Amino acid sequence: MDLILQLLFTGIGIGAVYALVALGFVLIFRATNVVNFAQGEFSMVAAFLMVVFAVDLQWPYWLSFLLAIGGMAALGALFNLGVYYPLRHRTYLPVIISTIGASIFLANTTLALYGPQPQVLPPVFETQGFLVGPVYLDTQYLLIIAVTAVLVAFQYWFFEHTLIGKKLQATSQDKEMAALLGIPVAGMIMLTFVYSAVLGGIAGILVAPVLFVSIQMGATIALKAFAATIIGGFGDVTGAIIGGLALGIIETFGAAYISVPYKDAFAFIVLVAFLALRPQGIFGERIAEKA
Amino acid sequence: MTGSPRPVAADPASVAPARRFPVGTLAYVALVAVAVFLAATTPFSGYVLNILMQAATYAIAVIGLTVVLGLCGQINLAQAAFFGIGAYAVGLGTVDLGISFWLCLPIGLALALVLGAVLGASTLRLGGHYLAMVTISFQQILTLIMINWIPVTHGPDGVPNIKRPGLFTDGQSYLALCIVVLAAVAYAVWRMPRTRLGRAMRAVRDNELAAGVTGIDIYRTKVAAFAIGALLAGLGGGLFAGSFTYISPDQFSFAESVVFLTMALLGGVGSPVGAVIGTGLLILIPEWLRFLKEIPGLYLAIYGLAVILIVVFMPEGIWGFLGDQVKRLRPRKLAAPRAQELTLTQAAASAVPVLQVEGLSKHFGGLKAVDEVSFTVARGGIHALIGPNGSGKTTTLNVLSGLYTPTGGRVRLDGQDITRFAPHRRAASGLGRTFQNIRLFRSMSALENVVIGAERPGNAIVAQDRASLEARARAALAFVGLEARADEPISSFSYGHQRLVEIARALAGNPVLLLLDEPAAGLNSTEKNALTVLLRRMAAKGLTILIIDHDMTLVSDVASHITVLNFGRRIADGVTATVLREPAVIEAYLGQESTEGPMIGLKTDLATA
Repeated sequence: MDLILQLLFTGIGIGAVYALVALGFVLIFRATNVVNFAQGEFSMVAAFLMVVFAVDLQWPYWLSFLLAIGGMAALGALFNLGVYYPLRHRTYLPVIISTIGASIFLANTTLALYGPQPQVLPPVFETQGFLVGPVYLDTQYLLIIAVTAVLVAFQYWFFEHTLIGKKLQATSQDKEMAALLGIPVAGMIMLTFVYSAVLGGIAGILVAPVLFVSIQMGATIALKAFAATIIGGFGDVTGAIIGGLALGIIETFGAAYISVPYKDAFAFIVLVAFLALRPQGIFGERIAEKA
Repeated sequence: MTGSPRPVAADPASVAPARRFPVGTLAYVALVAVAVFLAATTPFSGYVLNILMQAATYAIAVIGLTVVLGLCGQINLAQAAFFGIGAYAVGLGTVDLGISFWLCLPIGLALALVLGAVLGASTLRLGGHYLAMVTISFQQILTLIMINWIPVTHGPDGVPNIKRPGLFTDGQSYLALCIVVLAAVAYAVWRMPRTRLGRAMRAVRDNELAAGVTGIDIYRTKVAAFAIGALLAGLGGGLFAGSFTYISPDQFSFAESVVFLTMALLGGVGSPVGAVIGTGLLILIPEWLRFLKEIPGLYLAIYGLAVILIVVFMPEGIWGFLGDQVKRLRPRKLAAPRAQELTLTQAAASAVPVLQVEGLSKHFGGLKAVDEVSFTVARGGIHALIGPNGSGKTTTLNVLSGLYTPTGGRVRLDGQDITRFAPHRRAASGLGRTFQNIRLFRSMSALENVVIGAERPGNAIVAQDRASLEARARAALAFVGLEARADEPISSFSYGHQRLVEIARALAGNPVLLLLDEPAAGLNSTEKNALTVLLRRMAAKGLTILIIDHDMTLVSDVASHITVLNFGRRIADGVTATVLREPAVIEAYLGQESTEGPMIGLKTDLATA
């Protein structure tokens, strides 16, 4: 029982990271109808920026964090201009290929600049963690869960209760109509990419002290986050969060009770099971094209 | 790779391919013979030999991408995994089990084919981004297995001392073998777009909905393309294992899948020639720029950047770009207008009506777009389905052709219950249709579009060989007056003519019932008059037509029978002249009195509906 509670805590913590990256997937998908395969690299790049600022240059954590987030916003904007915008009138296939190219480019440029050695980013708090009853609560995991909760709440408020959020929703539902109503569609899409890059970046920075900071972390996180969006139902915000948490828990228990080397395979198995049995996910997405 | 028999002997009727075909093929065979001779006799250094063997085996896998991505428009980011399956089958089979190379290779092919089919079958019903992610996952799982399942795969150390087959133990002759296989694969894939399966793949890539209603099983076509792509990767991999006699997991990682993809995109994903060009360049360039490989990541970073640049600036790749230039120079040849008279099966004097619709409903959430509609289309002649905007006409048509599943009710075609059929099975039962917003296969010529129509499964009026199909397609194009432009690409046709090509595509399939979705939409008055005449000629041939249109002049001119819908319900049904006089119809269509204007009243009604 104690072990189960412990695993549950860890699973929710890691799942919160997947949920954040999955949110980035969902936002870009809703704005552009395209899956951004470089979403995981946003996390990886942000983690490396943190290593550069906070570890190599020894700048204060908060300053490094702000700089890394600023860097992610700039990267998101560049990404939109270079990878999505030139292809916005083409079908989804060239755009998918383009984002895959970007993912490879980002991962390997980082590798070329920083080398293959995994890096370590120290946790935010001095205190490693503390015991509550039988469960050891790691402070970094607590932080991840708290930040995710705050971001989810922020996002809900932003989309449902601000004008710019409504404009973003309008853009994602019908670009032509939105443009006719005077909404700057290109600007809204730009904002989506910037925000998604920042979300992915925060996820990467939060998870960096738990995992190693490595070139592969982007691809791994992206795969999990994608599986999370499918579990939740593609394009659904609530679904992405629940899917992410569920996947974190499944994976943690799978590693503890079944196999550690194949830990990363559980996401794939869950993914295929959902695709075969309930492709619309828990919360459902219309998949059919309109005649 | 089903489809047409070799055209030389089989179709004396089709002059054009018979004249061109042997020259090109002979030249190709001669070229391959020279390449094989050079490979077998020129004393290469070991280094050059390795590069050539790598290029030849990689090219086979990249041609696999030509099939799945180029022809069928489906992405596969696990090509290196299937390549690895072929390689490990040969490696483990010859080394650990001591089985002959010639037995290991087919085992590897079978494994790649089956895994490809299973992976495709589990994902291809869904959109492209699912496939991309699932293939990435599959790739990573396979890498995990190659590294971690040490008792079987030897783990990260890899498999050394792989044996080549008996006659081909030295490098030169083995290279010759690889070139022969590559040449055969390239030839087969070069021919493929003009086979039945190849056409189906292109149709699916160009327009899935249209492919479905012309009788193509979309899902099976995609799975076939995916499995063939995997099979070719397995073949390349099996030969690769023999080339280097040593394999290890890092040769089959996701990075290699990316390399394969970049090769295909760079050369041009539409043709095996592009695959060979792309492979050659991307194997040679890194050899020339060896210093790039000294910094880990640098050359892959460049590949990633290249992928983006190619997709943005040269979407057709090098070969596609060159091909466009050549096409521009080549004089346009006019098709010989020697089309036959189009025959359509005369409506048999049968008691069963062609179409029986009983209590058909389609609800979208709370909206009853079609609400318990019943009507019957009698054999022969034109039946019109009319109604104001939003009355449920197009929804009815989409339910009839299987694009939407009905919420309730029953549809019988020629007495057969087709309510639960997928679009392609309805087409096989004899249902043809056109779309309001024209859906043609954009990359094909008018003739190829119509040939796909003629290929409709269940079309008994034409023999399913290339010559007969083309003759049938030309006859259908002649019927709509476009036989002289049969070989032109569809993009060069005006809107009105594209509509005629779409009708010809449906006619070529000799449908039992033809559904026309607003054929007059967007046509000018001359074109509308021509359409009226065309519709009468179609009906005169005994074809049964169900037409939806807004143009009341057209409808009252051609239709003998009218069903009127409003708010998803049937409000009138009967002989044209009678129906058009019914007060309910006049009210629904024109509004009461015309003080408000006809459509304003309707719109307010709709807003409250």
